[in-house]
Amino acid sequence: MSQKQLLSAEDLRIILFRLACQLKETHGDFSKTVLVGLQPRGVRLAKRLLHILQHHYKVADVKLSQLDITFFRDDFRRSDKVLNANVNNMEVGVENKRIVLIDDVLYTGRSIRAALTAIDSYGRPEEVQLLTLIDRRFSRHLPIQPDFCGRQVDAIQNELVVVCWQEEDNEDAVFLVNK
Amino acid sequence: MSELSVKHLLGIKYLTEADIQLIFDTATQFKEVINRPIKKVPSLRDITIANLFFENSTRTKLSFELAQKRLSADVINFASSVSSLKKGETLIDTVNNILSMKVDMVVMRHSSPGAASFLAKHVDATIINAGDGAHEHPTQALLDTFSINERLGDVAGKKVVIIGDILHSRVALSNIFALQKLGAEVCVCGPKTLIPKHITSLGVKVETDVNKALKWCDVANVLRVQFERMSASYFPSNREYAAFYGITKPMLDALDKEIIIMHPGPINRGVELSSAVVDSNQAIILDQVENGVAIRMAVLYLLAEKINHAN
Repeated sequence: MSQKQLLSAEDLRIILFRLACQLKETHGDFSKTVLVGLQPRGVRLAKRLLHILQHHYKVADVKLSQLDITFFRDDFRRSDKVLNANVNNMEVGVENKRIVLIDDVLYTGRSIRAALTAIDSYGRPEEVQLLTLIDRRFSRHLPIQPDFCGRQVDAIQNELVVVCWQEEDNEDAVFLVNK
Repeated sequence: MSELSVKHLLGIKYLTEADIQLIFDTATQFKEVINRPIKKVPSLRDITIANLFFENSTRTKLSFELAQKRLSADVINFASSVSSLKKGETLIDTVNNILSMKVDMVVMRHSSPGAASFLAKHVDATIINAGDGAHEHPTQALLDTFSINERLGDVAGKKVVIIGDILHSRVALSNIFALQKLGAEVCVCGPKTLIPKHITSLGVKVETDVNKALKWCDVANVLRVQFERMSASYFPSNREYAAFYGITKPMLDALDKEIIIMHPGPINRGVELSSAVVDSNQAIILDQVENGVAIRMAVLYLLAEKINHAN
């Protein structure tokens, strides 16, 4: 198993600030906006963006939810992996809200498809956007594209994109791992 | 990432503590699902489930059916009163006939102890025991212990007394297994005639004085007097049972702590519990009903995961 660093801590910092800035530009005071981090890895990214928005761009009230898509996945009973559910926290609601779905890596698009269905069960949002840190382009199974994207990556099928966060993995970095 | 150690849910006896914990964790997530505006997930959309109730049931059947529909499964129902059983068909034949309609899971209630285990050995489907005679009623015990866990934060170390008709109760046996696996202390309490002779071999305490039992416990799970299962007189009259074993509000108020009252339903108000107790804050009877749906969703989901997908 070999690995190559795609993004360093400094690269990541610049990208996160840029993404937060783009969100600020599009969503203004965030009064109708809810950031929805996908469990488990999207939540960390969402929390980082929230921190930057609050502390550097001085947005007072940004709402953050966490969404678990386990029960909406299309590979239940079809994959060898056991699917265990994570915590949902959608108390803010979605009705008439501007939702920004946040995940670390966009690959086949199937997780986002599941997230769109899951969002539906909480109500009808005004709009749903997608933000991803890494977009593995040319590998989509569904017609889904990000509205905000940190970095596009060309990776082949047996390569894995791994996002590490200081809080969980002791460093900020993105690696391309050969399985 | 964990999965159940069993392919069928035949009884609590066959589950490990880790299995029960996994069911609880999953049920917690499903409880959130059933409180959403749209209370449905698509997980079991390609699964067909037959509910075979060879014995009457209202709430268990409703709870299972709701759990199945919330998971998007296709459901067929069967009640023995209108079935071919009356015409002399055997259990295996009846079930195999239903399975040839491409059914993946069977939820069964039957009056014979061991009926679910028998079926699991002889037919090719996932079996969930919804009560087999006076043997086990696993989903009831899971929802009872889940409710205790929810209210008290833990089951381990808690003292639970099961009061009433222990002899005819499948709820009692499943609860004893579940509570012990989760580390609780268990006591059974009731008239001597309604306590099985060798119950202490399961490691439970026996108490015939209900006031002493209440004083000892953190949780009292009060069972229904099962008039329909009694072929002989086990106590002289309802009034006498209520006088000796019925729980009233003054009895609870006289205790030095606030214990939790549970009941699997349906309640005989004024017999095993007075109305004031049923309607008090100490009773978590309606929480049990809500948790029942979440627990059954968890069991169905986790067992469905074990069914091989036909490629």
